[in-house]
Amino acid sequence: MKRFSREQLAARVARDIPEGAYVNLGIGLPTTVANHLPSDREIFLHSENGLLGMGPGPAPGSEDPDLINAGKQPVTLLTGGAYFHHADSFAMMRGGHLDICVLGAFQVSVEGDLANWHTGAKDAIPAVGGAMDLAIGAKRVFVMMDHQTKSGASKIVERCSYPLTGVRCVNRIYTDLAVIDVTPQGLRVVEVVDGLAFDELQRLTGVPLMSADAGTAGRRTATLSER
Amino acid sequence: MIDKTVASPSAAVADVQDGATVMIGGFGTAGMPSELIDALIAQGARELTIVNNNAGNGEVGLAALLKAKRVRKIICSFPRQTDSYVFDALFHAGEIELELVPQGNLAERIRAAGAGIGAFYTPTAYGTPLAAGKETRLIDGRGYVLEYPIAADFALIKAEKGDRWGNLIYRKTARNFGPIMASAAKCAIAQVREIVPLGALDPEVIVTPGIFVQRVVAVDAGARRAQPQAAA
Repeated sequence: MKRFSREQLAARVARDIPEGAYVNLGIGLPTTVANHLPSDREIFLHSENGLLGMGPGPAPGSEDPDLINAGKQPVTLLTGGAYFHHADSFAMMRGGHLDICVLGAFQVSVEGDLANWHTGAKDAIPAVGGAMDLAIGAKRVFVMMDHQTKSGASKIVERCSYPLTGVRCVNRIYTDLAVIDVTPQGLRVVEVVDGLAFDELQRLTGVPLMSADAGTAGRRTATLSER
Repeated sequence: MIDKTVASPSAAVADVQDGATVMIGGFGTAGMPSELIDALIAQGARELTIVNNNAGNGEVGLAALLKAKRVRKIICSFPRQTDSYVFDALFHAGEIELELVPQGNLAERIRAAGAGIGAFYTPTAYGTPLAAGKETRLIDGRGYVLEYPIAADFALIKAEKGDRWGNLIYRKTARNFGPIMASAAKCAIAQVREIVPLGALDPEVIVTPGIFVQRVVAVDAGARRAQPQAAA
């Protein structure tokens, strides 16, 4: 079966980020979205540790240990960027000032519950960072993840079995098989990878999906006009 | 004449008592006041409660303090990192208590302590295991969790420049927890790269006004700056 590659998925998410958006790309996989933002759009990347206007990684040899991102990797600051302390940074996140955040996930439920910080394993060291603040704080929460676990179970579920990060917070799910909106009416498929039939996607998902052309009541598009 | 400058890191931390709550600035190693932590290790205070975003990297700074078994409890948001093996071992051995706090709650609880706020309602963690047992409330149809301030006996922070009144400016993302931790501790100790004469810092750009800072100590520049950044 054909699937979106990681790069294609990152590019697909980037397409939905409009000019002028204030965006947090979390840590790990979602940070690759930055590599696909078109250079003709001014988009403000926020990093929880205290910067807006985050630029790409520095040239080798130019790393500055005082200038890092949430994943603690060296980054740069774009012209016009700003530094601020942690309470201000989280006021941006919790106070509803970010237009979009993109997060990874273990599971997303049909109602948009998110589980992405803890597998619940007894011996695992719990670590949450800013995940819960982003989940409840950004105007729109995008999730980027594989559609299925390595053993083939759907990561889109009726109810999350892993500990929750946030309740009813996810707006759109990007997987290697499809783009799916979480709507009050249920999960609505926006787009499917080439060659995959809706029925096959439905079979792999395990919770009810609505096809793209079934009703428009829950339809949401990534424009800033929603603000 | 008011002069908050102190001659050395060891003089700056000399009166940290056993059982003290100590905030330590930094996000990973950016903004970590390594010289003050080294002085605290040498000073020998035990049974500390430490407040930091992480739980140490490698075997330097906070990780070294943990390794020396001086810490009874740590309050942090993200202890698990690729190089947090010192904490990992203590945690699995049951030798350290962990209070895990979502990062924004950590920042806001520290800020609240510094601002005299008794408690606050936040939507973060509502409906999750990290809100278990806490008071909740529906406000305008949205669920919130009651969170209390985190105050400290001491804050050890790192800034770029300071003056004898305790005014501070920071450098890039090393600012992180410094300003709020300074406000939340009875005694805030700032290590700075350079102590400058009063008036040298532009009043329009001072980030932490001296009222929040009790001691300022200059540490050798360069030495730490050159270290490579640990990956998270």
